[in-house]
This record gives sequence, C-alpha cells and structure tokens, in this order.
Amino acid sequence: MAEKRDLVAKSRLIDEMSLKNRLIEYFTQWEVLLSIIIVVVFVFFTIRTPYFLDWFNLMNATFQFSEKAIMALPMIFIIMCGDIDISIASIIALCAYVVGNAAQSGASIPSLIFLALLVGTLAGLFNGVMITALEMPAIAVTLATQSVFRGIAIGLLGDQARTEFPENFGFFGQQFIPGTIIPFEFVLYLVLVLLFAFILHKTTYGRRLYAIGNSAEAARFSGIKVKTMRIINFTVTGFFCGLTSILLASRILSVRSNIATGWDLEIITLVVLGGVAITGGKGSVYGVFIGSMLVGYLKFGMGLLKFSGTLMTIVIGLLLITAVLLPRLLDMYKANRKLRLQQMSRN
Amino acid sequence: MPDLSFSSFVKKALARREATLTVLLVVLLVPISIRSPQFLSAKNISTILNDMAILSIVAIGEFYVILSNGIDLSVGSIIAFTGMATGMINEANPTVSPLLLLLAGMGIGMVMGLFNGVLVAYGKIPPIITTLGTVNIYRGLTFLLSGGTWVTAHEMSKSYIDFPRNSFLGISNLLWIALLVIAVFYYFSRYTRTGREVYAIGGNPTAAKFVGVNESRVRVVVFLISGTLCGLAGALWTARYASAVNEMATGFEMQAVAACVLGGVNFAGGSGGIIGVVLGTLFLGVVTNALPVIYLSVFWQTFVQGLIILIALTLNTMSDQRKTKKLLAQRRG
Amino acid sequence: MEVQHVTKVFPGIRALDDVHLSLRRGEVHALIGENGAGKSTLVKILTGVYIPTSGTMTFEGKEISFKNAIDAQQAGIVAIHQEASMFPELSVTENIYMGHHLRNPKTKKLDWKTMQENTQGLLQRMQLDINPDSLVKNLSVAQRHMVEIVKALSLDADLVIMDEPTSALTGREVDDLFRIVRSLKEEGKAILFISHKFEEIFEICDYYTVFRDGQYIGEGKVAESNEDTIINMMIGRSIDQMYPHHEPKIGKKVLEVKHLSQLGAFKDISFDLHEGEILGLFGLVGAGRSEVVRTIFGIDKASEGTMHLLGKPFMPKGAIDSMRKGIALVPEDRQKQGLVLKMSLTHNISLPVLTNLCWKGLVTRKKTESNYVQEHGDQMEIKSAGYHVDAETLSGGNQQKVVLAKWIGTNPKILILDEPTKGIDVATKAAVHEFVCDMADKGVAVILISSELPEILGMSDRIVVMHEGYQTAILDAEEATAESVMRYAIATVQMEASNA
Repeated sequence: MAEKRDLVAKSRLIDEMSLKNRLIEYFTQWEVLLSIIIVVVFVFFTIRTPYFLDWFNLMNATFQFSEKAIMALPMIFIIMCGDIDISIASIIALCAYVVGNAAQSGASIPSLIFLALLVGTLAGLFNGVMITALEMPAIAVTLATQSVFRGIAIGLLGDQARTEFPENFGFFGQQFIPGTIIPFEFVLYLVLVLLFAFILHKTTYGRRLYAIGNSAEAARFSGIKVKTMRIINFTVTGFFCGLTSILLASRILSVRSNIATGWDLEIITLVVLGGVAITGGKGSVYGVFIGSMLVGYLKFGMGLLKFSGTLMTIVIGLLLITAVLLPRLLDMYKANRKLRLQQMSRN
Repeated sequence: MPDLSFSSFVKKALARREATLTVLLVVLLVPISIRSPQFLSAKNISTILNDMAILSIVAIGEFYVILSNGIDLSVGSIIAFTGMATGMINEANPTVSPLLLLLAGMGIGMVMGLFNGVLVAYGKIPPIITTLGTVNIYRGLTFLLSGGTWVTAHEMSKSYIDFPRNSFLGISNLLWIALLVIAVFYYFSRYTRTGREVYAIGGNPTAAKFVGVNESRVRVVVFLISGTLCGLAGALWTARYASAVNEMATGFEMQAVAACVLGGVNFAGGSGGIIGVVLGTLFLGVVTNALPVIYLSVFWQTFVQGLIILIALTLNTMSDQRKTKKLLAQRRG
Repeated sequence: MEVQHVTKVFPGIRALDDVHLSLRRGEVHALIGENGAGKSTLVKILTGVYIPTSGTMTFEGKEISFKNAIDAQQAGIVAIHQEASMFPELSVTENIYMGHHLRNPKTKKLDWKTMQENTQGLLQRMQLDINPDSLVKNLSVAQRHMVEIVKALSLDADLVIMDEPTSALTGREVDDLFRIVRSLKEEGKAILFISHKFEEIFEICDYYTVFRDGQYIGEGKVAESNEDTIINMMIGRSIDQMYPHHEPKIGKKVLEVKHLSQLGAFKDISFDLHEGEILGLFGLVGAGRSEVVRTIFGIDKASEGTMHLLGKPFMPKGAIDSMRKGIALVPEDRQKQGLVLKMSLTHNISLPVLTNLCWKGLVTRKKTESNYVQEHGDQMEIKSAGYHVDAETLSGGNQQKVVLAKWIGTNPKILILDEPTKGIDVATKAAVHEFVCDMADKGVAVILISSELPEILGMSDRIVVMHEGYQTAILDAEEATAESVMRYAIATVQMEASNA
C-alpha cells in the first residue's frame, strides 16, 4: 500500500516537472496570453496598413481610450473583492454636469477640479455605504444609483449642453506633454498604472484585497476590516470618476446629460478581459493594462481598416466571451488530464 | 384541513410585495388624480397601459433570468436587432402580415436567447459576463444588418404601423398581446414543472440538483424565454414607434430589471412572481406618467426611477432582517 | 441492510476501519460515538456521497454500490439533513414535490390540488399542524426538520437516516419527532438514529452500535444495556498516556466573562480565564461553544452580558479589536475561516500581522515577510513543497499547522482553539497537543474547544461544559471523570453554582 502511494507521488512529481508541462503552465497564464495576443494584433495591423505603426498615430489613438483605461484601474479593486459597480458612467455624468455648470458660472480651473473630485468621492461613498449597510449585492445597489446619479444630471440639464469653459481647460484632455507628442492623458494613465500596480501588489491593502476576494470569511477571521475596505474601494472609484469627468469634459469641451453612456459595461469588459475574475480574488494590474491597450489599439486598427464602429463592438464582445470561455475549457481539459493520470496510476 | 378561510387569505396576501405595491399604487393615484382629474381618465389610463405594455413583456423575460440567479443585460440589443429585422422585412415586403412579423421577431429572438443560454449553461460563463459580451455583439449585428441606415415610417407599411394601435373590443392589439403574454407565463410559472424548477435553481441550486432538476436545461430555457419575449417586443417596438433605428432600446434592460426589483424579485434568485413584475411595471408607468402632473419635468424620470428602486431595496432588506431576528428569537437565548 | 468490512481511507487518515453495521426493518438503530468516530463518514457512504475504499454493502440480500447520491435515494435510502436541501422561498408542498411534481398526464398541467392533499395527508399522518401552503422560510427550525422527514416519507424510503435530528428542537417538538419515528417503525422502515443524547437513545431506539476512532466497538440491544456500558464503549481507552504531561502554572486572571448571551445561540455564560491555564470547553453538537468564542474574538456580537480583559471592560467590534488586545482564534472551519485556500502559505501565515512586517505598515517587504514565515512555519514543522504553494494543496493536518503558525506569530496572550484536531491524523494531533501545552507553559491563557472527551480530559486544567446554549458545569480536571463530564454535556445533571 505504502509503496503504491510513493510511486503515485513520484510519478506525479515527475509529471509536474516536465518541460512540456511547465511550458504549458506558463503560457496558459492569462497575462502571457494577452501579451501574445497584443503582439499578434500589432503585427496584423502593421501588415494591413502603413498608418498603424506610426508613432504619432499611435499616440493620438490613446485619446480615445485613456479615460476608460483610467477608470478600469479602481474597478480592479472593486471586482477583486467580488463586488461590481455599474454606476460609474453615471457618476462621471454627474461630475461632468457639476463641472460644466460651474464653468459656465465662471469658476476657475482648480475649483472645477476640486468640485469634480468632491462630487465623485461623495457619490462613491454613497454607493459604498449603501452596499455595506444594506448588505445587498453591489449590482442591485449600483443599478439603482446608476439611475439616481445620471437622473440628477438629466433632471438639471435637460437636453441642454454646457460648452463654456475657462481658457486652457482643454489642456488636460487635449494637450501633450510640452515638447513631446505624448498626450497628457496617456501619461497620467501610465503613472496611475504604476500607482495601482504598486498598491495592489506591494502593499498591505492590496494583499488584503486578494484575501477578501478569495474568502471574505477567512479575511474577517484574520482581522481584516472587510466592510471598511469595500467602502474605500467604492469611494476611491467615485474619486476617479470625478477625475475622469475632468479629462473627458476637457477633451470634448461639451457636457450633455448623455455623456459617457455605456461606459460602465465597457470598463468592466476591460477589467475582466485583463484577467480579473468576476468573482474576485484573481488578476493583476499588468493584465488589465495590457487588456486596455489591446482593446484600445484593436479599435484604432479596426478604424484604420475602415471597420464600422459596429463591427468593432462585435469584435470586442466576442473577445470578452472567448477570453472567459477559453480558460474554462482549458481548466476542464486540465482537470480531465489529472483525473486520467490518477486513474492510470491507480491501476 | 388547511385553513382556507378568507381571513387567512387576506393576511397572506397582505404580507406579500404584490399587496404593498397595489396599496402604494392606490395611495399614489389619489393625490395625483385630485391635482389633475384627467389623470384617471380612460384615455390617460389607456396611454399608461400602452406605454408599459412592451416593458411588461420584456420584464417578464428578465424576471425568469433573475429568478434563476442570473441577469440578462443583452435585452436592449436583442430588441434592437429583432426590431430592425422586422422593420427591414416590412420595408422589403409590405404585404407580409404583421402577425407573421411578430412571429419572425420571436424566432430571431429565440435564437439569440439560445446563444446566451448555451454559453451560460454549458460554457459555464457567469450570466453577467455572457450578456455583457452579447450586448455588444447583438448591437453590432444590428448595425451590420441595417448597414447603418434606419427604417422610417414612410418605408413601413400602414398595416404594420397601425397594428399595435388597432383595437379589438376596445383594447388595443398591443395591450392584448401583453395580456396574452402575461396569461401564458402566469400559467407557465404556476402549472408547469419547468416553471417551478426555475425557482428551485435560483433558491438552492445544490438541493435542486439533489432532487434531479436538470440545471443546464432550465438555464437554457430561461434565456430562451427572455430572448423570445425580447424578439416579440422588438417587432412591436418598431411598429409602435414607426421606426427602427440602430440605437433603439439602449439601456432598456435597466428598466426591465427595475420593474422586477420593484415587483419583489430577489436578486439572489428563488423568489418573486409574475403578478409582482406586472405591478412593478405598472408602478413605473404611473410614476413616469405622473411626473408632468406634479410639475416635475420629464427629465426627472430617470432619477425618480432610480430612487424608487433604492427605496424598494431598502425595504426588502429591512423586512428580511426583521424576519431573521424573529426566527432567531424562537430558538434559545 | 448490511454493511460489512467497510473501510474508508482519506489522504493521511483512516476514517473508517473495517466496520460493520446491520440494520433491520422496523428497527430504530442508534449509531453512537464521539466526534471523529466515523459516523458521518459512514452516513455519507450509505447515501452515496462517498465510495468506500473497500468493503461491501448488501441491501435485502443483494450486494449494492452507489455511484452518486441519486442512486442511493432511488435505492430507498434517505438522510435527513439540516438546511441544505430545502427551498426556503417555496411552500411545504412544493419542497416535497420538487423534481417530481404531479401532473395531469394529458395536459401536463401541474395538479396542485392532489399534491396539496397528499402533503396534507402526510402531515396529518405525522400529526403535524403545518399548513402545506406555508413557505418553508416562515417555519421554525423544528418544523423544517419535520418537513424534511415528511419529504423522506414521500420518497418511500426503506431506510431513513437521522443525523442528530433533535439538536435544534425543544421538548415538545422532540416528542412529535419520536411519534413520527414510531410510526415509521410500524410501517416497517429501518431507521438509523445518530445521536449523543442518551435519554433519547434509551427512549426511542431498539438497538445500538458503537464506533470509536473509526472502528467498530460493539453493539447490543438497548433494553439489555445501560448508560455505563455504552459510555465505556464510547470512550474506551485510558486517557493518561496520550497527552503531554503538563504542570499548570496558573497565573493571574486574564479574562472575565459574565452572563454573556447571544440571541439564538447561547445564554448566560460566565467563567474566568487565567494565565497559563488550559480551559477546556466541552459540549456536543449545537452546544453553542463556537459562538461563544467567536463573540470573545469579536466576530459575533453579544446581546447581553459583559467581558473584562485584565480588569478593564472589553467588548470588541471586530476581530482586529481582539487581536490588538492579544487574543487569537484558531477557528473551527479550517478551510473556510482559518485559511484563504487559494493563497500561498506565506500570504496566509503573514496575514494577521501584515502591518508589522511592512515598511510604515504599508509596503510589503519580501525578505522580512519570508523570514517571519520561515521562523513560525518551521516552528510548526509544516510538511509542504515550500511556503509558496497554495494552502489548498496541503493535507488537513498540515493546513491546521499553517493556521497555528499564523496565529503564534501574533504573540497572543489568550489563544482560543476551536476543535483544532478535528479530522487530523494522529501524528499531527500529538504535535498540536504538544504545542498547546508549550503555549500554556509560556504563560498564555488557552481556551480549548473539543468534542472529544479524552482530549478535553487529558489537556484541560478546568473544564466548562455547555449544553444547548447553556452552561451546565465548570469542573476542575482532577475531579472530572469521563462519565461526569458526559453527563453534564447531555444535561442529565445540571450544576448549581457554575461560577468557578
């Protein structure tokens, strides 16, 4: 009996260590797959059109996706803990309304920024408190607040637009780092990527997020303040909604009540595509970064090839489903292999 | 003998969300109709009902998905695709009867729902992600189908546009269809095995498996229903609003979910009833329609809807907590 | 039904070793044994959830084996669970008929009338005053139990297994239950009744089998035996050798618990805890012990009562409050509460003290962390491929060592262990016991919850006994005997002044 057990253990160890298996383990990691895909995408587009691999064009393309990419970052924290927030687009709209209104009344740029951040943070705080106090699933609460926040903007703005902004306001969303062709927005994004990566992978806060996502109960039993952290996540997300609203308003210099419609689902797509499990506990900032760049440049490339916007949305939708389906198929395949190996060693 | 007396029936009925909603509805209607007597006029009531007819159909589909502990975000896109499809068929073949168009819509919707269902049931992809993906895919397909153009009223046959409006015995066709859907699915929920099994899967999936319920099959059915009903809604939508545009019904899923939440459907699945959903839809309709009466511009509609859901959620939770406390007190301590 | 030579081996532990069990029609058969004796494993084999490593089962003379739970159910074996198989939002009628609703053969329309009548009939047969239309969530725990039983009846079971069925029932409800059991007997069904409660066993059961440590010890007719013989079979071996010799060096009072109560879980718990002492907390399933320590640790809230830590009032609002005061809890459910399975050992072990290991309490430092983990992990002698592996890959015993390593590092003044040796192999058990005694020797106050009588007797300096949420006794280890403790736990005796 004991010898048989030894043999099984030995064969399993050998099996695990074989080069082929190790290669498979490495390459089926989400981040690696994404990196490969983005390289493939770049190669594909470069072949198809000379305009793709142009430094100026590539940098210009980032205007289209920087804001959404920025929002994907705080969403990582929320989804990592097993929550979700579908009211982010509405918070952006609300903040944008406040900014647009205040701008029209002649507010200065610093006060506009302050207002946007304040409103966003408060909205996020409201979400966080409601969710933890009500103990309701986040999707239910943010479904309601989605309408509440945007509803306020619609109610106050109607079908009008706010287009008066102070001079130089357009810097944030439109301008480049002086002397370069790198847009300010994009640089801001890269800085935030580093910041969030640091927080998630190198601080106690990030470690605790992983714990909560994998087992909120065990986290509670280990002294982690689960409720507090969730509230913080939502509040921070609200803060970044405020930030994004500044960038967005600054870029298009117009605020309407339907601003940023549909962004919530797109941003969630970016996060999930980046390898963060929708139930939480898994994922990395690097993955979401690559995922956001992938989607951004995929859209850019498709635009160059004169794909209609609609075809683009189809491709993104398919990408999301494939991205989730493939790992599951892989897992089932791996589990099957393990089972077969076990059965073989038993006989 | 079970207590079939009237008083216990009343007590039971009052304890349910449906009763609360009805009472609230009445309470709402009183001050509104005092302010504006024509609110309760036959014409206005008819407008409200017709406005809500399409939502009620879609909400019923969404209801089954939420019951099974899922969510269908692709509702708006399915409506758009089927609506565009039937619009285009009508444009090309004005002689095709409206009923046939409705059936076509349902058929197309069924296939789209099936795709959702298979991904969820057999691909084991969580419903939120599946429908997150198909929202885009279906909307994109809509654009592809239409080639970027719209179908306007001029291009549609009169028989099609008039169809929802034509009345039969004093009630519009649209309303008849909605009533038919409600009746059919009331029966489905109450008198068929699959209808009951949806409750089981949402309430306690492990127990459901234990008693032999085929979870995959039921999940597919649930999305099939949602898809088919959205298809029906799409065909009706195009006719009612006499146009098919690519952006139609964007965000409509939120209204459907809102109607369900109002109607007492629990997000965790396993509880809720069709009547509740219908009442929820009605409630939304009355509130929306009443806004101008209380001098609130229509622009505040979204906010009010959100507020109502928030209140409904709070009430839900508070009553749950009270019940748990009561049960605990029954034990020792 | 015969079960013969059944053995069930899990990695690292032999849950059942060559056991037999014979069940006859019309007989209520008690399966007796302490926690870990193997009863629930056997039940899982009978209901098709586990497959025996070796051995045979015969049913009505024919050899059988089950591939899954539904097989067992179709063969006529039904087990009464707690909550797991009810649909709270559905009616009683529907709970019974889900999966096989009755319907009109032609129209396929569900026949509620007949289902309701049948359910009503079943309920009346059991003389239960439950409305078949009431929703299960509105029923009391006792009533839900009854419905479970009625459900088993509707499946026309031949063998009904009841696992601690009375753990949540009051006196009157227990009588109802027994009435049902007797009518089942008359109908010729076989009943396997698992319980710790001797009053019940003697009242309702005809025959008994005793398991201990996964082995078959003996059986007999209830009428021909008495409590002592059975208790003897249950606890059998001599207690002294198995546990580390421990010289208690009891210091000053560290914790004072007075009249602590939690709605629905426990009431009026009072005891003191001293430095260097091991306070055993004994009781049977459902006694409320875990809830008490969870309240001390701050996870749950008390509804009444006070606690004093070193003389100062203490009422934690969360685990972190207790941790800051030097309390550590090794929870009952190792996999759901003690560890985050999908995280590495390193991350698990450092979790409670993360702030201390980091620069300014924020930035993680790999070296500091791995040194810390190495130090405490090695102390516990965890067997694994390395500290980087995920916790879920470890065996039960090693997982428990990880949890212990995790909490030693917090330098607790009060260490609470909830069933620390449940489901663990003998070698690790001994290591855990050594560890606990070491801690006590160093002056740590220890609360040890266990359902194993020998463990409690061998390890504790004093023993608090609980029964159904109440405290029944506080005994000094020297005075306590296995019989006396057991009697307090099953509440045939209640101690007057339980404040020691």
